[in-house]
Amino acid sequence: MDKEETDEEETEEEMVEIFVMGSRYRVPEGLTILTALEYAGYKFTRGCGCRGGFCGACATVYRTEDEYKLKMDLACQTAVEDGMFLVQLPFMPAVREDYDIEEVDPEEHENILLDYYTEVARCVSCNTCTKACPQDIEVMDYVQSALRGDIERTAELSFDCIHCGLCSMRCPADIKHYHMAQMARRIYAKYEQPDSEELALRVEELEEGKYDEKMEELVKMEKEKLKKMYDERDIKEEG
Amino acid sequence: MSEGYPDYMRESIKKVEKTRPERIDKTPERMDPDEADEVLNNFHPDYRPEGKKEIQIGPSEGRKAPNEVNELLEAHSLIDPSDIDLSQIDHDVDILIIGGGGAGTVAALSAVEEGIKPEDILIATKLRHGDSNSMMAQGGMQVADREDDSPVKHYLDAIGGGHFTNAPELVKALTKDAPKILKWHEELGMMYDREEDGNFVELPGGGTSRYRLHSAGDYTGMELMRVLRDEARNLDIPVLEFTPAVELLKDSKGQIAGAVLMNLETNEYYVVRAKSTIMATGGFGRLHIQSYPTTNHYGATADGLVMGYRAGVPIRDLDSVQYHPTGAAHPDQIVGLLVTEKVRSLGAQPVNADGELFVNPLEPRDIEAAALIRECYGNGNGVKTPTGMKGVWLDSPLIEEKKGEGTIEESLPAMVRLYERFGIDMTEEPILVFPTLHYQNGGLVINPDGSTPVKGLFAGGEVEGGVHGKNRLMGNSLLDYNVFGRRAGINAASHAKKASLGDLTLDHVSKYEQQLDEAGIETDRKAPMLLPEYRGEKVLERHLDVKVTL
Repeated sequence: MDKEETDEEETEEEMVEIFVMGSRYRVPEGLTILTALEYAGYKFTRGCGCRGGFCGACATVYRTEDEYKLKMDLACQTAVEDGMFLVQLPFMPAVREDYDIEEVDPEEHENILLDYYTEVARCVSCNTCTKACPQDIEVMDYVQSALRGDIERTAELSFDCIHCGLCSMRCPADIKHYHMAQMARRIYAKYEQPDSEELALRVEELEEGKYDEKMEELVKMEKEKLKKMYDERDIKEEG
Repeated sequence: MSEGYPDYMRESIKKVEKTRPERIDKTPERMDPDEADEVLNNFHPDYRPEGKKEIQIGPSEGRKAPNEVNELLEAHSLIDPSDIDLSQIDHDVDILIIGGGGAGTVAALSAVEEGIKPEDILIATKLRHGDSNSMMAQGGMQVADREDDSPVKHYLDAIGGGHFTNAPELVKALTKDAPKILKWHEELGMMYDREEDGNFVELPGGGTSRYRLHSAGDYTGMELMRVLRDEARNLDIPVLEFTPAVELLKDSKGQIAGAVLMNLETNEYYVVRAKSTIMATGGFGRLHIQSYPTTNHYGATADGLVMGYRAGVPIRDLDSVQYHPTGAAHPDQIVGLLVTEKVRSLGAQPVNADGELFVNPLEPRDIEAAALIRECYGNGNGVKTPTGMKGVWLDSPLIEEKKGEGTIEESLPAMVRLYERFGIDMTEEPILVFPTLHYQNGGLVINPDGSTPVKGLFAGGEVEGGVHGKNRLMGNSLLDYNVFGRRAGINAASHAKKASLGDLTLDHVSKYEQQLDEAGIETDRKAPMLLPEYRGEKVLERHLDVKVTL
């Protein structure tokens, strides 16, 4: 792609100082933590996944100079700051419970989430999980919802979770927030959201072979005829 | 206004705001075929002849591929076959699945449904289970389930969008299996956006003639992938992470019989013998074709394409690359990241520096991308960023005016979050976009049952070609990995039940080396690439190739 020359004064890069696991590096301002580490010479195997904020591989703990508080964020979505001390978390060894999705109808259990994740009951409402979340999810609120057996609210509040594990890393009660929430979302979608009638009907039609003949006609159609059909097809612009 | 834009860009934003009321109900006509051809020929990167060349060796010798792909096909193996002890088998399985993204995981679940025991399956993946482009897809999945729609209409849209270059039997499989796939997702418990009555919220996509796009906010890919992974974990399907395949294995009968894997952290190799092998390694965005930035994940380096090609599988349609019309163009930290097509599906319009609407927002992707490039570099109406890139505005606040306040927060949380981090509120201000490398349209040749022409090898997802021809429509890639991952899994299972293997061999690798030599290709390059190189130049210049041992 064409990148035109930048102005003279901009070619002199502004540098900042960062400390990677204690070692000092000078890197250009404006890089993300991830690209700054690469600039400094690190080649990732762990700690780097989608590079776009969707996978949770690059969970990072840092603090800035003269700050005592630890902050948590994704390395691919956070710009470097001068005086940043950082470390990436390569792996999160949280326990995950196996279950059979066909056997977890919430109607048949008092609190299905608690049955599998008993430690949810140990939540002390400290809100550390919420503060740790790089997605700004109300993590403690969904843990409390789970405790009350409100599967819908647990599912909806946790929906943007990317499974980075930072909440569980910080939790004094050793709750496995993200694994529990994954189970909640599947239970909600399967048992509490109504099924689509339109879809069921279409699947039935397909099983009866309703579209077979028309489909074969198109598959065998010569290109010019098919092209004409495509160009003249009716397009629904508003719905 | 926020801190996200410099003053001169705000001047242009004022023009966008000024024209907004007169644009709000206008939609330019979609281009007629001649006009579309013209903009593609003049502005789409695929149509630049210097960007690709003929492959000199192998099963598709003479076909054209992008230079960056050619460099990997015309490269040495990472291993010397004489270093590998094939008599010691580390994993002896029914099915080896190479790649732990969407296609690989669907294949594994489908094989279990077909009666293969989970412990007789092995998923080997380069990064973590789930690290893939599947995880990053935002917009949604096309399924023709409404009364005014049909799989036949879906077929016509897909094959027309692909400029009639798709393999018809594969498009038939894609569009006819779609409702069954969605039904399966419903049973697994995927949280799609639904109406009160349980029917799905559906949107149009570029090149679709109906409202057919099923989404889960703008985290659709993530929702599908994490549920599939969760189910694979419930079934205890074995997964080796950070252990990519580096070469396929064959047997004395010429069948594919497993692979050589390598532990990325210890560099130890493992020999896997498998009755069926499924290639599900995804695409090639990290090759940065024609130096474009990419939306793809870190591991999208065409490994399966290289291994499959060396083992004798032909390739198709690799000469066409999908540039997503809207990648982020500002700020610099997020250049190339995806701005989902759903932003346009919901009503945002692409407008130029003067606030003029210059194209229908929902043309097929290649045409839309070419139109954006024309506006910036042909017509000179782009907005220059502080780092010298050009882009056009995507007028996102229009969504709020059309669909009501709060629509963006509700429907596009990932997008809002992405921009918020850098001081831009996309509900109030437009965002700057330019095309970005998004998808490998072509790939390994497959049959409708997911098998490749080489016995014992199956493929599904972005690594295979033919489903989308030379251009994929939005919402057909999530569908592709589900349909063909499933077909590959089912047919790999039935193949494994009756297959018998001969002695393992890497002779095909030695023969490929010989072909390189005969074609006079002299190079130090090795492939598969496994991981792209992003380390700083200054560091690499001073890099000492010394192994430190204790």
